[in-house]
Amino acid sequence: MKKFAALLMAAMMVAALAACGGTEASSGSEGASQAAEGETIKIGCLAPLTGEVSVYGIATSNGIQMGVDEINAAGGIGGKQIELITLDEKGDPTEAVNAYNNLVDQGVVAIIGDVTSKPCIAVAELAAADNMPMLTATGTAAEITTIGDNIFRTCFMDPFQGQIMANFAADNLGASKVAVMYDTGSDYSQGLADSFQTQAEAKGMTVTAFEGYATADTDFTAILNKIIATEPDAIFVPDYYGDVSLVLNQARTAGYTGAMLGGDGWDGVLGVLPEDRMEVANNGYFSNHYSAADEAAAEFLSKYKELYGMDGNSFSALGYDSAYIMADAIERAGSTDAQAIIDALAATDIQCVTGHITFDENGDPIKDVAVTQFVDGEAVLAAKVTA
Amino acid sequence: MDLTVFIRQLVNGIQVGSIYALVALGYTMVYGIVKLINFAHGDFIMVGGYVAVFTIPFLAQYGMPTWLCIFAAVAVCCVIGVLTEKIAYKPLRGAPSLSVLITAIAVSLCLQNLALIFFSSAPRPMSSVFDLPPLVLGEIQFSGVSIITILLSVCLMVALQLFIKNTRMGKAMRAVSEDGQAAVLMGISTNRTISLTFAIGSGLAAVAAVMYCSAYPQVQPYMGSMLGLKAFIAAVLGGIGSIPGAMLGGILIGLVENMTRHFNSQLADVVVFSILIIVLLVKPTGIMGKNVGEKV
Repeated sequence: MKKFAALLMAAMMVAALAACGGTEASSGSEGASQAAEGETIKIGCLAPLTGEVSVYGIATSNGIQMGVDEINAAGGIGGKQIELITLDEKGDPTEAVNAYNNLVDQGVVAIIGDVTSKPCIAVAELAAADNMPMLTATGTAAEITTIGDNIFRTCFMDPFQGQIMANFAADNLGASKVAVMYDTGSDYSQGLADSFQTQAEAKGMTVTAFEGYATADTDFTAILNKIIATEPDAIFVPDYYGDVSLVLNQARTAGYTGAMLGGDGWDGVLGVLPEDRMEVANNGYFSNHYSAADEAAAEFLSKYKELYGMDGNSFSALGYDSAYIMADAIERAGSTDAQAIIDALAATDIQCVTGHITFDENGDPIKDVAVTQFVDGEAVLAAKVTA
Repeated sequence: MDLTVFIRQLVNGIQVGSIYALVALGYTMVYGIVKLINFAHGDFIMVGGYVAVFTIPFLAQYGMPTWLCIFAAVAVCCVIGVLTEKIAYKPLRGAPSLSVLITAIAVSLCLQNLALIFFSSAPRPMSSVFDLPPLVLGEIQFSGVSIITILLSVCLMVALQLFIKNTRMGKAMRAVSEDGQAAVLMGISTNRTISLTFAIGSGLAAVAAVMYCSAYPQVQPYMGSMLGLKAFIAAVLGGIGSIPGAMLGGILIGLVENMTRHFNSQLADVVVFSILIIVLLVKPTGIMGKNVGEKV
């Protein structure tokens, strides 16, 4: 029996490792557009087109490419075409640094990228030393824009969403008691949960429960039973849509009828809910970079789908906006001088798919947050909250 | 915790436990007969889930009740179980048990990756199969799915126990389990008995799959791995090789997991996996297992 036990332990370890295994890697399309005749303005783009986070990289770089193609078709910047040079950095900081140096050698005047936070920070440090204008579409880590005055971002930061939803619960829903449940294995989930709790208490609401669960969990009923017993007006669940659909379903089955709140990870939840159970999402609200109910966003999404044959998401919308923000800044700068572009970026005031954007002194966007509400399987705009 | 919350947690624990028990039966039966821990068993659940998801629209189209998808799932899983045994395990009968164990893990990864290729990693929603009103007792509300899951599990377990105790095939299974070579001498077809065991075990996994997906209406390629591991712990706790042990172990694990989650939601997995280590260290035969010694 000893032998059996030892065997078992070994087998369990292998099986557990295997269970943690892989996200699917999909291959990306190289998106370097060829220059038209005459002089061009070279803009560099960094994105993970292969590897574990390629899903995000491809969505973002597709959005950027789509924006650049539209600008070029409309005459480019001051009559000059944009040449977008996209390099794959595989989601790896070292590769990203190499790719950045490669772009500088090719003579780019500005960088749009990177996509995920870690490579973004590595590149930002070099870009700050070179005073290279840099705009990240989707890097959410707070420190990125503090590395240099030349660094800007299009998306809002993670903690910000927790604050927005806490304000929304207090001001728009009139909640006085709220509960939080989050994935302990995810920085994103934990970050939003913490900032929500802090802001909820600052707003004078009581946080009746603050519960964590494991990443692979599918049964949330025990946690929900405990939370529901504390009678909260709203439950904040900052997680991605797959788990959120399970939580929504079990919360309604357990008899909870109050509001359910979340962040941008909720985008896509309607796609994974069974058609006959759409009503479980009712009274659910989440903050997002754009509202699909917006005319500009709806137009973007349908064009994106036509072009790439897949659904666009907030990554592609943020990439698309970043192309326009950068082109607008270069146009206003009137030259390709780095400092002129940086000054122009800082003075950005533009209406985009993801809302109206200006930058604060750190280079973080000041923009509206769209709070979306689910009503019988439809996503409708509940409120625009300004930061 | 007050009484209503306690009863709610209890019922939820028993529901989760019943699913673990159904899965654990498959592990335990296969181990009892061929002394193999079939790590691909959890992935049979995933296969069952996908079969259900794809048959439901057909059934709905022809106006048939959607719970009939259970039969499709059971049929497909039985075939996959028997095929897996014939292709992957039978050639290794007589090989060291470690080789077979590694093969089982390979089969598991193979099934998961095939599912990834065919169905992608995105979760697929499953429409409800049982349209039942919740049972309301005073302040407490039990979902229809919970009650069906518990009842169905108990019925299947009793049926299985009767089958093994009272039928000729059941007797053959017990004989092969006790001594495979002697059973052959007595005129029992070992191959047929082993195939039957895999068929029954996989069929139970398919039932568990449909019940699991009714409670958590989502199917994805990795859904079987964690569920399979926990059910396996249930089988070890109850005593691997013992059918009543698997039932008891399943329900116990479900209850322990839920109650731990109530008091500290982050400790649940720690406690469940600690149970495995403690059982293996203190009483490797489990609660109801008999110490027969290894016949290697």
